[in-house]
Amino acid sequence: MKKNFLYSSIKDSLFTGLIALALFGPIVGLRTVAKNEVLVVSPKWFIVLVIVIVCALGRFLTNLYIYNRDQKYGIQSTIGKSITNFLDTKGTQIALSAIIFSVIFPFLPFTDRYLMDIAIMMLTYIMLGWGLNIVIGLAGLLDLGYVAFYAVGAYSYALFAIHFGWSFWICLPIAGIFAAMFGVLLGFPVLRLRGDYLAIVTLAFGEMIRILLLNWYQLTKGPDGLTGIPRPSFFGLPFKSFPEEGEQTFHTFFGLEYSPMQRIIFLYYLILVLALITNLFTIKIRKLPIGRAWEALREDEIACKSLGVNPRNTKLTAFAIGAMFGGFAGSFFATRQAFISPESFTFIESAIIVAIVVLGGMGSQTGVVLATVFLIGLIEVFRDFESYRMIAFGGAMVLIMIFRPRGILATRKPTIILHKKEVTK
Amino acid sequence: MDTAYFLQQLINGVTLGSVYGLIAIGYTMVYGIIGMINFAHGDIFMVGAFIALISFILFALTSIALPIVLLLTLLIAMVFTACYGWTVEKLAYKPLRKSFRLAPLISALGMSIVLQNYVQAAQGARIKTLQPVIQGGFTFMEDTGFTVSLSYLQIFIILVTIVLMAVFTLLITRTALGRAQRACEQDRTMTALMGINVDRTISITFIIGSSLASVAGMMFVMYYGVIDFYIGFLAGIKAFTAAVLGGIGSIPGAMLGGLLIGLIEVFWSGYISIEYKDIAAFTVLVVVLIFYPTGFLGKPDIEKV
Repeated sequence: MKKNFLYSSIKDSLFTGLIALALFGPIVGLRTVAKNEVLVVSPKWFIVLVIVIVCALGRFLTNLYIYNRDQKYGIQSTIGKSITNFLDTKGTQIALSAIIFSVIFPFLPFTDRYLMDIAIMMLTYIMLGWGLNIVIGLAGLLDLGYVAFYAVGAYSYALFAIHFGWSFWICLPIAGIFAAMFGVLLGFPVLRLRGDYLAIVTLAFGEMIRILLLNWYQLTKGPDGLTGIPRPSFFGLPFKSFPEEGEQTFHTFFGLEYSPMQRIIFLYYLILVLALITNLFTIKIRKLPIGRAWEALREDEIACKSLGVNPRNTKLTAFAIGAMFGGFAGSFFATRQAFISPESFTFIESAIIVAIVVLGGMGSQTGVVLATVFLIGLIEVFRDFESYRMIAFGGAMVLIMIFRPRGILATRKPTIILHKKEVTK
Repeated sequence: MDTAYFLQQLINGVTLGSVYGLIAIGYTMVYGIIGMINFAHGDIFMVGAFIALISFILFALTSIALPIVLLLTLLIAMVFTACYGWTVEKLAYKPLRKSFRLAPLISALGMSIVLQNYVQAAQGARIKTLQPVIQGGFTFMEDTGFTVSLSYLQIFIILVTIVLMAVFTLLITRTALGRAQRACEQDRTMTALMGINVDRTISITFIIGSSLASVAGMMFVMYYGVIDFYIGFLAGIKAFTAAVLGGIGSIPGAMLGGLLIGLIEVFWSGYISIEYKDIAAFTVLVVVLIFYPTGFLGKPDIEKV
């Protein structure tokens, strides 16, 4: 019996090695390189050999030590469960300490320019994740074109600020309204489609917006992008090192030394506040009738219809509100970068935001934060390995779907409990 | 002049439509059998194009006659790409059969990112150019001022597509495998009770879909002469549009849809605007899904409690 098993796992791992050879042999082993304008093949058999051996050996070992055991999949759920339990019991304290940490973060001794930039980027993604969480997590609509609203927000902010010279605080709500209007416009016809069709249509819309931005040269300057987007000012006080005659700037008004960090710290707090507003909004709206309708719709559309919930309008509000937060994040992005081009709004951005929401656990606000820190951290650490990090990224999406399809934080607490269940025997 | 121009666009459109149609079959079959959109299918097509490219480069060093080179490349691309389709299904979709509806789609999205970046890492990010493999062709209507040309390559592409379609239709309608496949589409549990290996049937579906996509990839690299790791994304969306247009789940529908999408794209860039040619395909997708979600030859999808 035992021998038989050993024999079959050797056979199985040899087969795995063969498949690995077929997979990696041509693509990895025969790298095409241009030599004098003509493509030639430069063989790299050693790497293929290593990969094949690793695959076969890995398969052999997993066969022996994991699948051989009586109980399968012992590891997969315990880690996530313990995290979830921990967050359940200590949730509020952790959230509070995380907020306090992020408030004092700019003044910590080790904080430098680089860390601040990463923190701002992470907060932008957290905000986008929370915005998209309304659409995916609460309403259950898979939106693969969320970056379109981010782009609409960024471009409308930039265009209004450049052409009309309006300040950040006027342009921000306008950008949000524009993005929400786009959400309604796009959502109105397509929201009655089924889940996966909706996903593809939103993807197509996202790409259409990008192509439009790329080709509408008169308005968007096409691939050159928009430059000279005004920087935000501290309620009318600009951040400038050399103020003009009679002009009050941030550092002269408060009697400080000028430092470029001042603006960065201001931007940091700006996005922190915007993100927290998004979070607060989501937490509150979840308890309102509309929020409950979203979640009910996600669980069972037909039951909702029979109870008199209008699915289209309910979904449309979720879509529009999600889009609005995307637009806010977009205008923040525009003012931080002072330069935007269609390059920043490719499909991969949408995929990253979707991955954040999915990885964190759809509908979980804390999950979004954890997933962002993990994913963006991963992307930052492996900055020099562009395509390898994206392989890890895509692989993580697949693995999460297989082992924890509801995300890292998998439990969904009911938003309302009528009366506690009595303990029965 | 006008007729000639029209005729030229028609020829180009049919050629492009054949490529899209072959990819669309993969989408439509997978959707029919397990009800998921195989988002990574476009990238399988891209892998097929790369394998065909490598094979062409290797054969260029030898002195084998052209027809044999074409046949061998076709077989090599089909076999190796089928391995990719098979592995992707085993790794990323099979464990998710009983998961919630959007899980396979998200997993497929991840797989698509993996494949794209894997090919970028292994083969480099720069575009690859292939010397024309088949040259020459017919020209006619020279006296009208606009020469219409029909290259041997275009004839080759259209002929191979027709032959593959014929073989494939026979496979689905006449063989035991095809019967098993159609049975799985209707009711997987019942099919399993009838003694059919459902997992194997689904695997074979992926193998067939991927090998047809690889043929499309081979044609793409021959027709355009340039490829990079990103071609799968757009081609995938367009082929998906074709599958929806023809009626998702229906195999003749996929071919018809592919042909229509190819024609729409070519005529749009020929008569309206070349910059917005991708918008044409996306618009068709949106309009069809909104107003005509069952497509031309699809069955209506009734939602049951």
